Amino acid sequence: MAELDTSGGGKKGKKVRSKKQSTRVDLTAMVDLAFLLITFFMLTTSLSKPVAMDVFKPDKNEKDESVTMDFPESRTMTILIGKGGKVAWYMGLVGATPTIESTRQLRESLIDMKGKVLAANNNNPDKGLIVIVKPTKAAHYKDFVDVMDETKIAGIETLAIDDDNIKPAEIDMMKASGVY
Amino acid sequence: MPKAKVARKSTAIDMTAMCDVSFLLLTFFILTATARQPDPLEVAIPASTVEFKVPDKDISIVTIAKGKVLYEIVGRDIKIRTLERMGEEYGIQFNDEEKKRFAVIPAFGVPIGNLKQFIMMEPDQRKASGLETMGLPMADTTERNELGRWIFHSRKAVAELHNQSMQISIKGDANEEYPAIKKVVDIFQKQDMNKFSLITSPKGGI
Repeated sequence: MAELDTSGGGKKGKKVRSKKQSTRVDLTAMVDLAFLLITFFMLTTSLSKPVAMDVFKPDKNEKDESVTMDFPESRTMTILIGKGGKVAWYMGLVGATPTIESTRQLRESLIDMKGKVLAANNNNPDKGLIVIVKPTKAAHYKDFVDVMDETKIAGIETLAIDDDNIKPAEIDMMKASGVY
Repeated sequence: MPKAKVARKSTAIDMTAMCDVSFLLLTFFILTATARQPDPLEVAIPASTVEFKVPDKDISIVTIAKGKVLYEIVGRDIKIRTLERMGEEYGIQFNDEEKKRFAVIPAFGVPIGNLKQFIMMEPDQRKASGLETMGLPMADTTERNELGRWIFHSRKAVAELHNQSMQISIKGDANEEYPAIKKVVDIFQKQDMNKFSLITSPKGGI
């Protein structure tokens, strides 16, 4: 290597021996840097990719609006989503006393009703609970997702989303309970 | 008695292995990191417990936030074909340069009349001009319902190029009012798309 001999020129005639240098490099700084970068990338990457919740809506028959589906009232649970993350649900026909609760509490009610309906129908899997979700104008998107999520957790197989046929009686009922 | 001598050990540790490991990890994180493009609109997506990952092709995403609607088509080839089809319908010619630039735009919410101008802007200009967050018009009539037309043409483009049916998903802000979502869902249903997905963030532990 081209290096200046600075060791002084005192000893003349002697052979200049190049010092044997260690090949070791101090890697501490490099490791420091590498860990810093790792930390940065770990914190900025979102490993959790968003998930997709599949939703089906009943087909809209625009030519013939009169086509409706009838559900047996003993097995039907209607969930109305109102304001402030509250839902009002009732079994059977409009007019039944609704239960007002938060989306968080809905899960237990769903599982409870599912069990009751199954028991009433001799555990016939074809005659399980039918859930109709009706998001009203007062509902927020988050509440809708929450309710859909709760029905998935409760394992409700027959589910319908209906946002077109919200009856005035249902709105009145929700207003009376202060969730609309 | 001779004194027992404790051999003095060097305090330097061999860092080579540690260095190797840390760089391996670093490489892993760099390669798995996907540069996330910021959404033009701030969207706080609600959480759910479902476990299906959002597919990364043959899908398009409708973003709904603050009453505005943005549309995102996934896949460069699909984007270009959709743009061509939209151009044909609205009588606008897009040149190759414009198509190329459109292919890298993530979500957009620009009325078709301003689209040409929007494409030719630089990213920071797009933000400054306010065009980025105008939202797609979705009036009731077919030709003014641009969101509906975009969806229609991107579906056609996916069918043409990939021979697949396109999935559609909604990425809605948690605080969005339900009628805004319903309006978009009604557009899907007008095109006989009764199945769609809601994009949510995974919820940890129940």
